[in-house]
Amino acid sequence: MTVQLRASTLGMVGCHLCGLVCEVPPDAAHASSCPRCGAALHARRPNSLARAWACLLAAVIFYVPANILPVMHTNMLGRGSDSTISTGIVEFWKAGSYGIALVIFIASVAVPCAKFLALGLLLVTGKRRTPWARRERALLYRLVELVGYWSMLDVLVVAIVAGIVKFKALADVEPCIGILFFGGVVILTMLAAMQFDPRITWDGNEHE
Amino acid sequence: MVTNMSDVLEKIAPPKASAISAPRRRISLVWILPVLAALIGLSMVVHAWLSAGPEITIDFQTAEGLEVEKTPVKYKDVTVGVVSAIALSYDGSHVTATVSLDKHAANLARADTRFWVVRPRIGLQGVSGIDTLLSGAYIGVDKGTSATPSRNFRGLEAPPTVVNGTPGKSFVLHADDLGSLDIGSPIYYRHIRVGRVASYRLDSDGHDVTLEIFIDAPYDHFVAAKTRFWHASGVDISLGADGLKLDTQSLTTVLAGGIAFGNAEEGGAPAPAKTAFELAKDQRTAMAPSDGDSQYLLLRFEDSLRGLAVGAPVEFAGLNIGRVVSLDLDYDAPARRFPTLVGVVIYPSRLGGVLARLPKYSGNSEQQAAAFLANLVQHGLRAQARSGNLLTGQLYVSFEFVSHAPNVALDPAARPISIPTVPGSFDHMQEQIATIVSKVEKMPLDAIGQHLDASLVDLDKSLKQVNGEVLPATTRSLQQAGLTFQTVQGALSDNAPLQQNLQQTMLQVQRTAQSVRTLTDMLGRHPDALLKGLPSDARLTEPTPSSTVSKEYAQ
Repeated sequence: MTVQLRASTLGMVGCHLCGLVCEVPPDAAHASSCPRCGAALHARRPNSLARAWACLLAAVIFYVPANILPVMHTNMLGRGSDSTISTGIVEFWKAGSYGIALVIFIASVAVPCAKFLALGLLLVTGKRRTPWARRERALLYRLVELVGYWSMLDVLVVAIVAGIVKFKALADVEPCIGILFFGGVVILTMLAAMQFDPRITWDGNEHE
Repeated sequence: MVTNMSDVLEKIAPPKASAISAPRRRISLVWILPVLAALIGLSMVVHAWLSAGPEITIDFQTAEGLEVEKTPVKYKDVTVGVVSAIALSYDGSHVTATVSLDKHAANLARADTRFWVVRPRIGLQGVSGIDTLLSGAYIGVDKGTSATPSRNFRGLEAPPTVVNGTPGKSFVLHADDLGSLDIGSPIYYRHIRVGRVASYRLDSDGHDVTLEIFIDAPYDHFVAAKTRFWHASGVDISLGADGLKLDTQSLTTVLAGGIAFGNAEEGGAPAPAKTAFELAKDQRTAMAPSDGDSQYLLLRFEDSLRGLAVGAPVEFAGLNIGRVVSLDLDYDAPARRFPTLVGVVIYPSRLGGVLARLPKYSGNSEQQAAAFLANLVQHGLRAQARSGNLLTGQLYVSFEFVSHAPNVALDPAARPISIPTVPGSFDHMQEQIATIVSKVEKMPLDAIGQHLDASLVDLDKSLKQVNGEVLPATTRSLQQAGLTFQTVQGALSDNAPLQQNLQQTMLQVQRTAQSVRTLTDMLGRHPDALLKGLPSDARLTEPTPSSTVSKEYAQ
């Protein structure tokens, strides 16, 4: 097995902004600027793990009201009803629309929960600098990033339905506070994923 | 301070190989985010905790239209809570709905607060709760006035007619029967709808109905102590001297009943709330002056009184002074007859002003009446059952002075006072009709009929004969007669030989007559000529009168 050479061992730091590889003395690696664009140079994103943890934690906290509070107020022929995410899934499932129930379940329960677990796993293993399943963790990170784009499905559905269904007394749909929390969850998990520096996965010893 | 300055310097200054170490304080700033999220979440929980009001339970007969977490509780159309649970009672006789009231509506839960389910209701008085057809039922609230709070309520099955706090007054009406009235029936004042029936109940003795009505402000002050209430249900048709009169309050009352009120006298202080009034059966009764004291009299009629009903009028001198209150059969053992005992009630005050001019007797009112009536009976006062309507046979009782009535003494001490009776006018007529009928029956109608039948048969035969034999002969005779007439006509025409012959004959006769005259004249002058012959100088004709006569003959 060949030993991979690392930038840190050579005292080199790549600029995050313009990509210039600069030589930084090891003792001053924390706060120097890129000689070309003037951006601050970091070997790793500063406070990456802490920030990601903070975002993730906030997201988890937001996830609770997002599920408890109603996301949508439907007013059909004068009969109003609030629906939370879980009641929506149950109602669709009971009504026989298994496909839609499944889509909502995946988009609003399975994916966020999976993201929490995945990010948590990445953060914990990153902190420990363990060499365990590094490639798989990298794949997981890419998946989390990829899924991030599609996490706003619920929010979009509510926004579009609320925009279209405006028939005064006949039928009216209004978004409720819950969807705001759900959007917060999605944004915060995306921020957490952004804050997480995937290179941390590869830090530490090559082998245990 | 120093660190901030260094930051600024670092950004401005050109890149340097060495820099001052970054502060560690920034790390903690990121953690504001979850703290903030936690605070928001906590605030939601606290808000929910604070806004949660008391939980109350309401018992209903049925949970029709109620849905957990969906059915709202509304007070003045503001949602003040939601049904959080519905459960069957232990014995299964009713359902118990648990309602979570909002914090701001906590003071609605008072001991006398009323709850009811608002459902669409369609009745003769109108349609209500139509909005709930689409939105679903909700629980309506009427805030009570009691100071004691309560947690358990019994829901009303129908919405209350009068909601607490509505300006206006409640009054109590006593009626003989409910008629077509119902809760919510309208109340009219001068044909304006001013209130409604709030509730009714049968009195414990079962004789009267007590109604509670509500008159809205500002009409409530028209209800004075002397206000009269009457049933405005149905149509009042009266046929009087001024033609057919149709009186009704409104189409609603025709169908669904109602109450109207009016003031017998203008003015008067508004009656206080909960004042009790009588409910008359119609406007005339209501507005009639009070009847005052009544006097019960017993009448004993020997003949049957078919057509006399309880409530039939009692008249005196054409004035309605009372009514029949009872009809009973009596048994007269010696005569083996069943006379009818008629109890009547008369109101002396209906006699009006004449009452003051009547003689006064000592004693209480009944003794006075007995003494006075005994006097009248002596002078021929008798009760009579008369026919009020020949078509329907309705009878009424009339007090009349009957001349040549058999003398009956009225015992002023007997109770009840009993007025002697005479057979009614209708009975007389009936008797007369019966006599006529019996006479008619005695006639040998059968024999007359048989004779008539035989005669008719003969007549028929004669007619046939006339038709077959007489008529053709007559026709022939008539034809011959026609011919004869034609001949006669020909004979009588101007140029007919008969006519001309006649003329000539007449001329001859004329001439003959002339000759006879001339002869007689000559003979008058010369009577001897018969013997001697005509003298030579004698003239045959005279110029004067005879010539004119001859002319007349000629014509």
